[in-house]
Amino acid sequence: MTALAHVPTSTGQPAGPPPPPRHDRHRLLPYLLLLPGAAWLLLFFAVPLFQLAAASLYDPTGSLSTGYALTWAFGNYPDVLQAYWPQFARSFGYAGIALLLALLMGYPLAYAIAQKAGRWKNLLLVCVVAPMFTSFLVRTLAWKTILSDNGWLVGLLRDVHLLGPDGRLLATPVAVVLGLTYNFLPFLVLPLYASLERLDYRLLEAASDLYASPVQIFRKVTLPLSMPGLIAGTLLFFIPATGDYINAELLGTPNEYMIGNVIDSAFLVRLDYPQGAALSFLLMAAILAVVFGYLRRAGTEEVL
Amino acid sequence: MTGMSAKTTGRAAPAGDLRLVNLTKRFGIFTAVDDLSLTIPQGSFFALLGASGCGKTTTLRMIAGLEQPTSGQVLLGDRDIARLRPYKRPVNTVFQSYALFPHLNIFENVAFGLRRRGIRSVDDEVLRMLALVQLDDFGHRRPAQLSGGQQQRVALARALINQPQVLLLDEPLGALDLKLRRQMQIELKRIQTEVGITFVHVTHDQEEAMTMADTVAVMNAGRIEQLGAPADMYEYPATAFVANFLGQSNLLAAEAAGGSGSEVPVTAHGARFSVPAGRARADRGEVYLGVRPEKLHLADSADQVPAGHQHVTGVVSDASYVGVSTQYLVRTGWGSELSAFAANSGLGGRLPVGAAVVAHWDPRHAFLLPRAPGQDDRTAGLLDEPVGASS
Ligand SMILES: Nc1ncnc2c1ncn2[C@@H]1O[C@H](COP(=O)(O)OP(=O)(O)O)[C@@H](O)[C@H]1O
Ligand SMILES: [Mg+2]
Repeated sequence: MTALAHVPTSTGQPAGPPPPPRHDRHRLLPYLLLLPGAAWLLLFFAVPLFQLAAASLYDPTGSLSTGYALTWAFGNYPDVLQAYWPQFARSFGYAGIALLLALLMGYPLAYAIAQKAGRWKNLLLVCVVAPMFTSFLVRTLAWKTILSDNGWLVGLLRDVHLLGPDGRLLATPVAVVLGLTYNFLPFLVLPLYASLERLDYRLLEAASDLYASPVQIFRKVTLPLSMPGLIAGTLLFFIPATGDYINAELLGTPNEYMIGNVIDSAFLVRLDYPQGAALSFLLMAAILAVVFGYLRRAGTEEVL
Repeated sequence: MTGMSAKTTGRAAPAGDLRLVNLTKRFGIFTAVDDLSLTIPQGSFFALLGASGCGKTTTLRMIAGLEQPTSGQVLLGDRDIARLRPYKRPVNTVFQSYALFPHLNIFENVAFGLRRRGIRSVDDEVLRMLALVQLDDFGHRRPAQLSGGQQQRVALARALINQPQVLLLDEPLGALDLKLRRQMQIELKRIQTEVGITFVHVTHDQEEAMTMADTVAVMNAGRIEQLGAPADMYEYPATAFVANFLGQSNLLAAEAAGGSGSEVPVTAHGARFSVPAGRARADRGEVYLGVRPEKLHLADSADQVPAGHQHVTGVVSDASYVGVSTQYLVRTGWGSELSAFAANSGLGGRLPVGAAVVAHWDPRHAFLLPRAPGQDDRTAGLLDEPVGASS
C-alpha cells in the first residue's frame, strides 16, 4: 500500500486536494439501503402491532360504539383460549396434515423437476406457479365445484365404494385439508426445487459407488443437502396454512372452522376487538413457538 | 516393476483380473466406446491414456456401473458384473471432480462406504486411511475447507478404505498444479504398491501414464490403439497416433519394397534408408519411417556421421533452449522440419540458426509404421503440444 502511495499521478488521478474520505459514506451505505424497508416495516407492521397489542388488553365489556378503554385486561387471553381452543387445535391439526400431504406430493415433484425434467424444467415450473395467476378465492371456489356432491370426483368415489351412497367431500374436514394442501403447495415446492436444483448429481453417483442403495442415497445425501429448501418450504407452507380461513369458510362448515375464521368474525362480524386481537396474538405466539421448536430440531448449521 | 512381482506372488488367484470384452457404448448414433477388449491383471497399475473425448470416462463409468454398456461384458474374475448396480460392485472410483459430500466432514466422508455396508466400528480404519494419505488432523474439517490436493487425497482415502478389488481413478490429478501433480503421482504409486489393489488410472497426460503405470493403453476414438509396457510402447510404437501421442516422433513418408533379409529397405524423398526387420510394423507399400527427436543427432558435416548411421542433410531453422536440452528444427531439402533434441551436456557447442547440418540416426532406433496412402510427413516440429493441453 505504501508503495502505491508513492506512485505519481500517472494513474490518472488529478493532482490537488484529495477527494473527501469515502469511509463515512461507506459506513452509512448499509443503513441508507435499509431505510425504505425499515420505514415501511415501522409504519405498517410495528405500529399496527402495537395497536393490536393494546387492543388485546382493552376492557372486554366495551364496544365499538361506546368506545374501548385500555384496562390492561390480561384476562382476555385465558378467556379466548378457553372459548376457542378447539379452533386452535384444528388449525394446527389441519395445517399439519396438509403439510404431510404436501410433502408427499411436493418433494417428489420438486425432485423430478430439478433433477429429471431436462428441457421440460421451465415448463413444469410454470405449471407449478400458474395457478397463482388466478386469485386464491377463485381457486378455492373451483375446488368447491370439484368436491361438490354431484361432481365427478364424489361420483367416482361412490362408485368404487370409497364413499357411502350419501357420503360427501364438501363441507368435511377432508375438503378443508385438501384445499389447504392445494393452495399452499407451490410455497413448499419452489424453495425445495431451488435446493434440489443445486444438488450435484455426481454426489449421488459417488454415493452409489460407495455402496449406498437408492434409499440410503436419499437419506444420507439427497435429504441432508435439500434441508435448507425443505425447512424454508415447510415454514412457508405451514405458517399461512395455520392462519388461513378461506378454505374452511368455502369448503367447510362451522364445524371445520379454524382460528382464522374466529378472528375474522371477531373483527368483522361480532366487532369484538379485544377478543380478535388477543386471538391474533395467541396465534402468532403459537406459530412462533412451533417454528422455533422445529428449527431447533431440524435446523443444522447450514440454516441458522 | 519389482513391486509388481512382489504383489503377483502374493495374490490369491488370477480370478481377480478385470476383463472388458467387446465393450461398446453408444449415445444415440455416436459411439463413445467401440468394441473395446482388454485384460487388466489383478494388482497392476493400469493407465488408460487418451485425448479428451476419446471415451476414457465412459469406459470407467461402465466398469463402475454408472453407465450401462450398449453391449459387451465387464468381467471381474469370471463373474460378469456389467449388469450389477453400482453399489453392488466391489469397485470404487476416485472421481475427476472428487465429489466429496459437502455436508459431511472429512472423517464421515471417508467412513461413508463402510457405514453403508453396516460396519459399526469404523474409527480405526478411517484414522489409518487418513494417515495413509497424510491427513491425520483433518477429520473434523469440511471438504470446502481443504485445498485441491487435500480434497484429492480425501477422495482417494474414501475409495481405498473399502478395499475394492479395483480402484478407478478418473484424471484425479487433473486439477492440481504441476508440482503437486508430480508429488501426488509418486504418492499414488507408493500407495498402490502398498495396498496391492488393481488401479485403473485414466489420464490424458502421457508423462503421468508412463511414470506410474505397469501397463499403458493408448485410446483413440473409443478404441485401444496400443497396449503395453510404457518403455516398449515408447521405443516401438504401433501406429502413427501412438508415436505422436506418447512423446513426439519425426515420421517421414516412405515406400517400402519389402525385404527378405534382416533389413527392410525404404525410399523417402528420393533417399534410401533401411530399418531392422524387427522394428517394422509394415514392410511393404506406404510406410512411415519414424525417428524420435532425441534419437536424431546433428553433425556439422557428413564425415562426422558415425559408421552405420543413416542421415539426411538440412538447415537449422529454429533452436530453442529449454534448460536440460536444446530443441532444434532442421529444414530438409524437401521442406519438412525435423525435430531433434540435443542434451545440454556441455559437450559440443550449440548450433546457430541457419547452419547447414547433417541429421543422423542409428537405424536400430528407427521404426516403420503403416501409413494411409497420400499422407505426407508428420514431424514433431509441426505439431502442437500433443497432450496435456486440455482435459
Ligand atoms: N451422457 C452422454 N451423452 C452423450 N454423449 C456423451 C455422454 N457422455 C459422454 N459422451 C460423449 O462421449 C465421448 C467420450 O466421452 P468421455 O468418455 O467423457 O471422454 P474422455 O473421458 O475420454 O474425455 C465424448 O465425445 C462425449 O461427448
Ligand atoms: Mg473424462
